[in-house]
Amino acid sequence: MKYFLLTIWFGFLLHSAPLAQAEEMRLAVTTSFHNSGLSKLLLPKIKRDTGIDVHLLVVGTGQALKLGRAGDVDAILVHSRLAEDAFIADGFAPYRREIMYNDFVLVGPETDPANIQNATSAAQAFERIWKTKSPFVSRGDNSGTHLKEMALWASMSSDTSSFTPDWYRAAGAGMGATLNTASAMNAYVMSDRASWLKFANKGALKLHYSGDPVLFNQYAYLPVSDDKHPHVQGAVARKLENWLVGSVAQNLIGNYTINGQHLFTPNGQ
Amino acid sequence: MNDLWRGLSEAVRLIVSLDAALIEIVLRSLQVTVSAVLIASLIGLPLGALIAVNRFRFRRATIALLNALMGLPPVVVGLIVYILLSRSGPFGVLGLLFTPTAMIIAQVIIITPLIASIAHQAIRDLWAEYHDLLISLNTTKRQRMATLIWDSRRSLLTASLAGFGRAIGEVGAIMIVGGNIDHVTRVLTTAIALETGKGDFGLALGLGFILIALAIVINLTIHTISQTERGGRW
Amino acid sequence: MVSDLLPVTAKGAVVRKGGKTILGPIDLAISGKGTTIVMGPNGSGKTTLLRLLHGLDRARDGSVSWNGAREDAHAAQAFIFQTPKMMRRSVLDNIAYPLRVRGASRKQARIKAEDWATRIGLGDALNRDAQALSGGERQKLALARALVTEPAILFLDEPTTNLDGGSTREIEDILSQALDTGTRLIMATHDIGQARRLADEVIFIHRGTMSAHQRATAFFEAPASQSAAAYLRGDIVE
Repeated sequence: MKYFLLTIWFGFLLHSAPLAQAEEMRLAVTTSFHNSGLSKLLLPKIKRDTGIDVHLLVVGTGQALKLGRAGDVDAILVHSRLAEDAFIADGFAPYRREIMYNDFVLVGPETDPANIQNATSAAQAFERIWKTKSPFVSRGDNSGTHLKEMALWASMSSDTSSFTPDWYRAAGAGMGATLNTASAMNAYVMSDRASWLKFANKGALKLHYSGDPVLFNQYAYLPVSDDKHPHVQGAVARKLENWLVGSVAQNLIGNYTINGQHLFTPNGQ
Repeated sequence: MNDLWRGLSEAVRLIVSLDAALIEIVLRSLQVTVSAVLIASLIGLPLGALIAVNRFRFRRATIALLNALMGLPPVVVGLIVYILLSRSGPFGVLGLLFTPTAMIIAQVIIITPLIASIAHQAIRDLWAEYHDLLISLNTTKRQRMATLIWDSRRSLLTASLAGFGRAIGEVGAIMIVGGNIDHVTRVLTTAIALETGKGDFGLALGLGFILIALAIVINLTIHTISQTERGGRW
Repeated sequence: MVSDLLPVTAKGAVVRKGGKTILGPIDLAISGKGTTIVMGPNGSGKTTLLRLLHGLDRARDGSVSWNGAREDAHAAQAFIFQTPKMMRRSVLDNIAYPLRVRGASRKQARIKAEDWATRIGLGDALNRDAQALSGGERQKLALARALVTEPAILFLDEPTTNLDGGSTREIEDILSQALDTGTRLIMATHDIGQARRLADEVIFIHRGTMSAHQRATAFFEAPASQSAAAYLRGDIVE
């Protein structure tokens, strides 16, 4: 009986081992991209048109870059220009290819205590939150969103010593977990539009500010250098890249909506 | 409270509709965890017997270390396994990162000390009972260990089930080394973390209830099987 | 076979536990056939003497030697404990265990074990959990498990102390059958009646030392020590 069960078990193990025939590649993407639901739309189309099985690793930009540097993924799709340039300068990717952009939004308590609703710029909205010391939850995880937020604080040349935990909370977590935290604390938070629209636990939070071009968020595709990491699936990664900037993908991205709102603007060339 | 009800109804809906995605991740959870428990038992049970039966120089230190390792933080294990299996790490050429095998390795490291430690206690007690008899019967060390393992198999089953309990509910390590890739390394716990991240507490809780139910069913099944055995010819 | 192993000789043998001397120094030699009864009040050191001879306890000073290598001697012995140690197995597998340890196949071991189980009257209980047996059944099982290897020498540590008359008689019957096949018995008891029934020679232990070692008839007529005489009279011997 025991041997019989063991045999079945190992048969099961073998059966469930991944098939080697199909082309596979690993792509590290940011949570904001994945949370938008766009990947659900694109992956089957990629499989249909190119035959590639894309294994998505959903992480922050910081970790995505790290995975690329270690050669643990074949390409990355991220949104942090400065970090991308450093990545290329260090030789881990030959170039970056712009695919699309979306934008960040400022979300906060229904009553909008800092009155950012009629701010004239993103910088002004941030300044009002800082002046009123209204509770604000930050990703705090070195992700693209976090880096963007830091850049915005820096642009108003605020005194960093006044970022005390009584109002400024660094969650050290992904977008979803950070939104959950903000929802529970009824605090302001900066999110990409897709994550916010898809987020199911909004509580009393409302979108109060968006639209400043400075909040635009460019996504770029970086194939990991196969000079640096010879085992990387360079050819497959290039195949996917060409598909992403092609007309099929660009149309899919441009026409993707949640609750009737367009999320991404395709700009791949 | 509302979320709890939504979670329960979500769990019922998923089970009743035999949701294909759910079945896939449940099977993968079982595949990873049962494999890890089998391997960890193959290492941990003889290790526990070895420590119980043999006197050697660092025996006390080994026991203390084993007990300390029981509380090993899974995230740290995950990180270490990740670094070892990364393409830039020493075992990178094996290409194991982000595969179920990597998840099994991490879980084996997490639960082997637990299984070995519980096994050691059970076998030590039985050894106290059997000591004179086995010495008198002129048994070799191997025979003693084999006898003690076989005769304390019921307690050892509990040790393995404790390992199973810890492994099936573990998320920190397998998230890091598995990567939570859909259709490849997504299991119940990482799916729960993902849905929580999306703020979909209903689905996350539903999966959570299914995880708990799974653990209970497995435990009851194993206990029932070993109970039937006892009624028969043991 | 017996003549191969005996005499067993103790020379100035001392057993200490936790810094206390609990037996010795003992000088003695056991040889010949039949039954040696070790007598003495509770706590006098009977059990320790048996364990010392069998090799379960080590002599801190002095020595115990058999006629031949210690390993060979040990392999030809069996030991019955006062509280029988039941393995967590069926009656059949308990009796088969010593044969399995000696390399017999499972099938052979079971056939022989079944034969012994029937001989001691546990033929109907082959598949019962040994730990569910009564006190008398347990001691009979322990006897079968000891005799199944056909030991040259069988040590028994007060095997009937906790048993009723019927069980005691059954055990003594099995022992006399073993004697008939040439097994040498060395048995501790503080039951004077049992000693009279079984003994060919008697060793009397008092306060950890041997105060008498005589043929049985001589011992019961004229014990060689005052403590033994007092013990036989029924006095309290401390």
